[in-house]
Amino acid sequence: MQLLENSMFFGIILTLGAYLIGVVLKRRFKIFIFNPLLVAIAICIAVLAIMGIEYSSYNSGASHISILLTPATVCLAIPLYEQIQLLKKNATAILIGIASGVLTSAITIAAMSMAFALGHKEYVTLLPKSITTAIGIGLSHELDGYIAITVAAIMITGLFGNIAGEILCRLCGVKHPVAKGIAIGTASHVMGTSKAMEIGEIEGAMSSLSVAVAGCMTVAAAILFENII
Amino acid sequence: MKYIGQFTIIITISLMGEILNKLIPLPIPASIYGMIILFTLLSTKLLKLSAVKETGKFLIYIMPIMFVPPTVGLMDSWGIMQEFLIAIITISLLSTIIVLAVSGRITQFIIGLKEKGGDNNAAS
Repeated sequence: MQLLENSMFFGIILTLGAYLIGVVLKRRFKIFIFNPLLVAIAICIAVLAIMGIEYSSYNSGASHISILLTPATVCLAIPLYEQIQLLKKNATAILIGIASGVLTSAITIAAMSMAFALGHKEYVTLLPKSITTAIGIGLSHELDGYIAITVAAIMITGLFGNIAGEILCRLCGVKHPVAKGIAIGTASHVMGTSKAMEIGEIEGAMSSLSVAVAGCMTVAAAILFENII
Repeated sequence: MKYIGQFTIIITISLMGEILNKLIPLPIPASIYGMIILFTLLSTKLLKLSAVKETGKFLIYIMPIMFVPPTVGLMDSWGIMQEFLIAIITISLLSTIIVLAVSGRITQFIIGLKEKGGDNNAAS
């Protein structure tokens, strides 16, 4: 056990293996709950809990996978560039769509925080929940929130968008591929975008754009909404 | 050789993003600066799509795996979250559904208006 825990490769193998199991399950049973990301996370947590391994020793290996997240996010510019004509044609709709999503996010979080009688610190902790982790952490820090909880809320949101984004679009009558991408990206950042990328090239490109634009708009909106509660 | 070149370009842009992130005092991450740099380079034709395409698409393809390690970290924040666990989960899920519906429907509505307008113009 000690041997496994101390090897940097343990975390990497566990992550890749768990994700592969998720992909196989999804191929076999075409049910949305067998989302590879969700299955991989569940397997990793279960294995660590059963074997009594600390997250920090798992992550000392697994974090080598996550360092690719910055270059991968940079590369989201590629599908965006490939759809540049579509982007120019629908620029107004896209910008208003993302802005409406950012405002809706702040309003719903404020309203529900009041409903749950949360304090100022808990409220500002949740404000960045729909944006990408890196911006969210920075914003939570600026607003003086609980950073670990902000990260948790961002993960829950992203995972939910990744699992249910496509179904939610169908249920809400969002059919246009550009609108689908904007909806998924604005609501559930990069984690939703990786799913939008699987739905289609247009959806993926529009979702990538939303992550960047919604992230920056949220920083601005947070200043307006910060002192409501 | 092609892949080494592509990977080097992508990593270099990531580094430029990180430098901007350190220099500019805004909570905007290196990855977003990098995305803007790459998009600008491609749209101004300073960089050809073929200089980054295959490696870029591969990185995007394996991207979901990169979310696994940080999300597994939820097991460590469980303790502090417990007190408002129900509030966090309810607010996260409900607000995500509403944001998705509103931004999607509004985008779709405006695209619809424009397409209709475009048709009328064409007809007249």
